[in-house]
Amino acid sequence: MIASLLAQAAVGEIDTPDIEWSMLSPFLVVAVGGILLITVTSVVPRLRTGGFPAAFTILSAAVAGWFLRGLWSTVRDEGPRDVVAGSLAIDGFTVFVWGILLACLFLVGGLLDGYLRRERFDGPDWYVLLMMSAAGGMLLAAARDLILIFVGLEILSIAVYVLAGLHLRRSDSQEAAFKYFILGAVASALMLYGIALAYGATGSTNLEVIANARAANEAGLNPLEDSSLILAAMALLMVGFAFKVSAVPFHMWTPDVYQGSPTPVVAFMASAVKVAGFAGMVRVFWDGFGFYAADWRPLIGVLAVASLVLGSFLALAQTNVKRMLAYSSITHAGFMLIAVNSLAGGADGEVTASAAVRGAQALLFYLLAYAIMVIGSFGVLSAIGAEGDDRHSLDDYRGMAKAKPMLAAFFAVLLFAQAGVPFTSGFTAKFRVILAAANTGSYVLAAIAMLAAVVSAVLYLRVVVSMFMTSAPAVAHAMGAEVEAELEAQSDANAETDDDIDTDDTDDTEDADGEAVEPMVWGHTPRPALAVIAIAAVATLLLGIFPIGTDVLWDAARDLAVLR
Amino acid sequence: MIAALFAAEAGESVAFATLPVLVIIPLLTAGVLALLPPSRSDYLKLAALVGSTITGAVSAYVLWNFDATDGGLQFVSRWEWFSELGLSFFLGVDGISLFLVVLTGLLFPVAILTTEPHHDAKPYYLWLMLLMAGSMGAFMALDLLLFFMFFEVVLVPMYFLIGGWGHGERIYSAMKFFLYTMAASALMLVAITSLVILAAPDVGGLTFDVTILAANHNLSDEAATAIFLAFALAFAVKVPVFPVHTWLPDAHTEAPTAGSVILAGVMLKLGTYGLLRFGVFLFPDVVFNLAPYFLTLGVIGIVYGAAVATMQTDLKRLVAYSSVAHMGFIVLGIFALNNQGLTGSVIQMVNHGISTGALFILVGWVYERRHTRQISALGGLQKAAPMMAGVFTLVMLSSVGLPGLNGFVGEFLILLGAFASDTWTRWLAIVAVTGVILAALYLLWAYQRTFHGPAEGENATMEDLRPSELLGILPLLVLIVVMGVYPKPVLDRIEPSVDVLVQHVENRSTNFYEAEPVAVERQGRDALVVAAEKARAKKAEKEGK
Repeated sequence: MIASLLAQAAVGEIDTPDIEWSMLSPFLVVAVGGILLITVTSVVPRLRTGGFPAAFTILSAAVAGWFLRGLWSTVRDEGPRDVVAGSLAIDGFTVFVWGILLACLFLVGGLLDGYLRRERFDGPDWYVLLMMSAAGGMLLAAARDLILIFVGLEILSIAVYVLAGLHLRRSDSQEAAFKYFILGAVASALMLYGIALAYGATGSTNLEVIANARAANEAGLNPLEDSSLILAAMALLMVGFAFKVSAVPFHMWTPDVYQGSPTPVVAFMASAVKVAGFAGMVRVFWDGFGFYAADWRPLIGVLAVASLVLGSFLALAQTNVKRMLAYSSITHAGFMLIAVNSLAGGADGEVTASAAVRGAQALLFYLLAYAIMVIGSFGVLSAIGAEGDDRHSLDDYRGMAKAKPMLAAFFAVLLFAQAGVPFTSGFTAKFRVILAAANTGSYVLAAIAMLAAVVSAVLYLRVVVSMFMTSAPAVAHAMGAEVEAELEAQSDANAETDDDIDTDDTDDTEDADGEAVEPMVWGHTPRPALAVIAIAAVATLLLGIFPIGTDVLWDAARDLAVLR
Repeated sequence: MIAALFAAEAGESVAFATLPVLVIIPLLTAGVLALLPPSRSDYLKLAALVGSTITGAVSAYVLWNFDATDGGLQFVSRWEWFSELGLSFFLGVDGISLFLVVLTGLLFPVAILTTEPHHDAKPYYLWLMLLMAGSMGAFMALDLLLFFMFFEVVLVPMYFLIGGWGHGERIYSAMKFFLYTMAASALMLVAITSLVILAAPDVGGLTFDVTILAANHNLSDEAATAIFLAFALAFAVKVPVFPVHTWLPDAHTEAPTAGSVILAGVMLKLGTYGLLRFGVFLFPDVVFNLAPYFLTLGVIGIVYGAAVATMQTDLKRLVAYSSVAHMGFIVLGIFALNNQGLTGSVIQMVNHGISTGALFILVGWVYERRHTRQISALGGLQKAAPMMAGVFTLVMLSSVGLPGLNGFVGEFLILLGAFASDTWTRWLAIVAVTGVILAALYLLWAYQRTFHGPAEGENATMEDLRPSELLGILPLLVLIVVMGVYPKPVLDRIEPSVDVLVQHVENRSTNFYEAEPVAVERQGRDALVVAAEKARAKKAEKEGK
């Protein structure tokens, strides 16, 4: 001990850890790619417009994905490992979450191109921020040190705050960015305070040291440990993560920000930010505070129930589709929280490996399925919202099945998947969560989740009704005049003989104020966006019908099974 | 996947996995429909008809090759599927599900042949084909979760059919139908997973295989009761059992004709079939304890459905309420928990599908011609449409349960079964008989007001049945007569499986009611034979004249 101190003093150098660069390759590709993109486009202005930034982003995601494949086989065969002096963990969980984040980056990159062209924005700034945010998320998912977790979270968030406000001509967008930033900053501050308390209680910000602090304390090795400090730290950290994943009661920003932000950005916000938030939550609470699971598990349960119940019921009052999907994302967060809850649960309150594996599998699969569904859904919204990106009321979507049959079909698949209809990934994800919950004996939680899913089915059905079962206000006659005429004739015939059947439910083209609704202009759907939506819809079906990648899921969850 | 199709299942005589084909053909047809041009409704109809008929033919092949002496599962095929979660793609039929599969294979082509969508033929047939695949799957699935998935997924096509092609308050009805059913089955998923988790120590791991679970699970009474109640709620809404029937009149009335036919003929059976296969089979003890409540609800359904049907002014709504009454009979038969009752309820499921399906088709035709379903606006149709009146008479009498027609066989066996059960059930059976009388009242009265009397206005000039329409409904008419006169081939195939089920209930049950089933069964069969012979003699006499 003394010898090493002396040696350090004599050399006067800081002992820098070895960095295994190859283990970080996917993260580096995305982070360096972002920096490269802004450098290249500032040097060569010609590349700022056109498809270059989008192509570069998508390519970066693909290259990172290729590196990730190699990383996966290493992790699978050689087991998890800590890199950069134990501050980053490269295990199955990290790799799986990275995969989801890269998929989000890939898909949102495809959506953004057509959107920016329609809204007449150019410049690579959108893509640079997107890649930076994804890199931050990747850091957050891998970090095993509270400081790094905070850094990752901030990189992730700040880029998204800016993205939310980038639609410069819409005041809604500015408002969304402002609201998101202010509330996010408060959440970050609380979290930072939590980190400080955790440091105070355990003497370290490293999750491994924190995890061992309790044992060390019991052995009398670490006199700093103070359980009330730890509890306060956990509570504050929980607030920060609950804000990021928009769990009730820290959800207030979600509907407003989702409504105001540019739609492809919302797709990223709802998928990648939430995925990274959950990854960070699991890292901190399971890897770090796993031995205090009995203390924080009820907290997660309460958050889950509140998110499920409020998310699903508040959605009923909405008429703006973006807001509806915002509330539905809150309900989904409730499901994912149940997965986290069962990850840490055991039959008798004790942590058991089987519960952990089931919970981790449920969480990872839910994150994957949800990310794909939600990107596809917001992809549809971004593709059909007319220029200005503010035609998202339910009435605007009337008659979409006639005008845009393919988009409407994809959207229907994605919506029914979110409602949890069997043979879609949405059902499989919900089923895994329910199975994990039942496995830990949380039957009541499972029942509440399923009932909330029914309530939130109403909102998906309302969108489907709008798209498929009602005709567009004014263009209807142009679309299928004959059909309309026939229906009219029929309803007239009904009306004559049959007083108690109300047939004019499809015909009211006026909103509550009595003003006629302006017909929706169905723009051209950009091909990349259509491809993204198609990929999302097909993947949603395939993941529900075939047991794709269950072995990968098993391996990824395995690393969470034992507390390290 | 294709290779697996041809791979013979060990121990089976059939070298070809027949049952998955029943799901795959409608799916392939849906794929073909998706590629056809939307404007050619004739091609679309032809494609749907061909696809559903081939499926029907395959189901007939299954019927033909079904071993009537074997009460166990046949045509079993099983593939690995989400095996880490304990799921398998496990299909098979026995005497209980066999005829429901055949009924599905029959009703879809008939419904497609006899009705036309008014617009958007392409998605209409596409949804029908997906519905067929889902219904087939639900009747054949022996994996608990696979069944649940099929059970739930059929809501989507039916939701679109009602909402897109229905009448009047179609959107309200479609939403009500979807949410009502989904809400009821939400807890069933929790119950299924709980059952599997709780039974895992008994069966050595996670499995959703219903045969393994039924034979081995060792749940506490409270857990089994809670799980059964969650199952029962889902099934009761589907059946529908009074008082959770309120979605049915709306959905049936506003659905397009084909939708009503399938809803009444096939989808309601999912509920009663589920009660039999997953309720009685998995939780015999609980079912035995709770039977009095379900029997009472069933009988209330019979009387209530019949009474409300009597007061209807809308012909289609009347038929819808008659379904509530008829399904009450099936519930009565199931919870009587003896051979006659169970056999009767299985055959009644088939007969109700045929009769009510045919009734909905006829009401649909009347509506298409007259654009109204109000009984008060109709009258004297007999003069303009004698053939329709004749067909209507036959179908109506079958629905009433006239001896010699198919409706009688099931109702008689069910009443016999209820009578052979304990005292309370006997009294209920007596009350249930009034349902038969009421059925005669409301149907004959409706017939009288619709077809008899003076014809005025359009009623006098209504078009009679077209030959193509007659051809479409003919299979149902033939079955109404054949199954009424000679139900033996059907009963022979149902009974071994019902025996197996009853045996299983007795083995698993600690407090099963010890009656003298053999004697009663003898008596019941004899009475049936006598009744059938009487009916045959009467028919012969009629023909002689």
